[in-house]
Amino acid sequence: MFKNQMHLQFSSLSQNEAFARSVAGAFFSQLNPTLEQLTDVRTAVSEAVTNAIIHGYRNREGLVTLEGYINGSSAKFIIRDYGIGIEDVALARQPFYTSHPELERSGMGFTVMETFMDEVEVESSPGKGTAVTLEKTLRREAQ
Amino acid sequence: MQINATRKGQRIKAMLAGELDHHSAQYVREVLDSLIADPQIRELVLDMSNVEFMDSSGLGVILGRYRTLSARGGRLLLAGVPAPIDRIFRISGIYALVERA
Repeated sequence: MFKNQMHLQFSSLSQNEAFARSVAGAFFSQLNPTLEQLTDVRTAVSEAVTNAIIHGYRNREGLVTLEGYINGSSAKFIIRDYGIGIEDVALARQPFYTSHPELERSGMGFTVMETFMDEVEVESSPGKGTAVTLEKTLRREAQ
Repeated sequence: MQINATRKGQRIKAMLAGELDHHSAQYVREVLDSLIADPQIRELVLDMSNVEFMDSSGLGVILGRYRTLSARGGRLLLAGVPAPIDRIFRISGIYALVERA
């Protein structure tokens, strides 16, 4: 079974949102996904990285880690920040919930991740940071 | 992100091109706000056909402009929405507020 992994760490700058989703998309392309599946992964990773930058660090300087794992026909991405964490994960995952209404955010980030990926797991400790795990399995085996 | 706009009477049509994410959202917000700053503007059509990527940051930008226009009795329309972006619009329920041109 084909296995692969990658680890990437970058500054919590909004410029790195496009960089991170491009890297995730390129890594995921090893599974020969359809264009729609590729867009799903790029979009979900973009949402998680944006959350890390806006909510984890509140636009202060920090580091965001993107890990990618391929295991057969499954891909897993873990997006970690070491910022303020989420007090109430269940509330944060609710559609339209935003902790910053003044920022004109839609509150749909987690809903988009959940729609586009097979599994979304959120682990967070207030004051320590947040890890979002995104998983997607392709029906056919990797080439 | 590139924005090209044309005005015809009370209607503005803005062609967006590029990637609409949290990074580009602030710029898009500022440009669209300046385009509809004239209170005579009643209709904003966003042509999305050249938007290569959009995540939920784009929803916030569109909803903010929708609020400005609807407060003055105007409306916002979305045109040329690519399929991947249409999925995000559909799950968000935004089509209950903004129309498809």
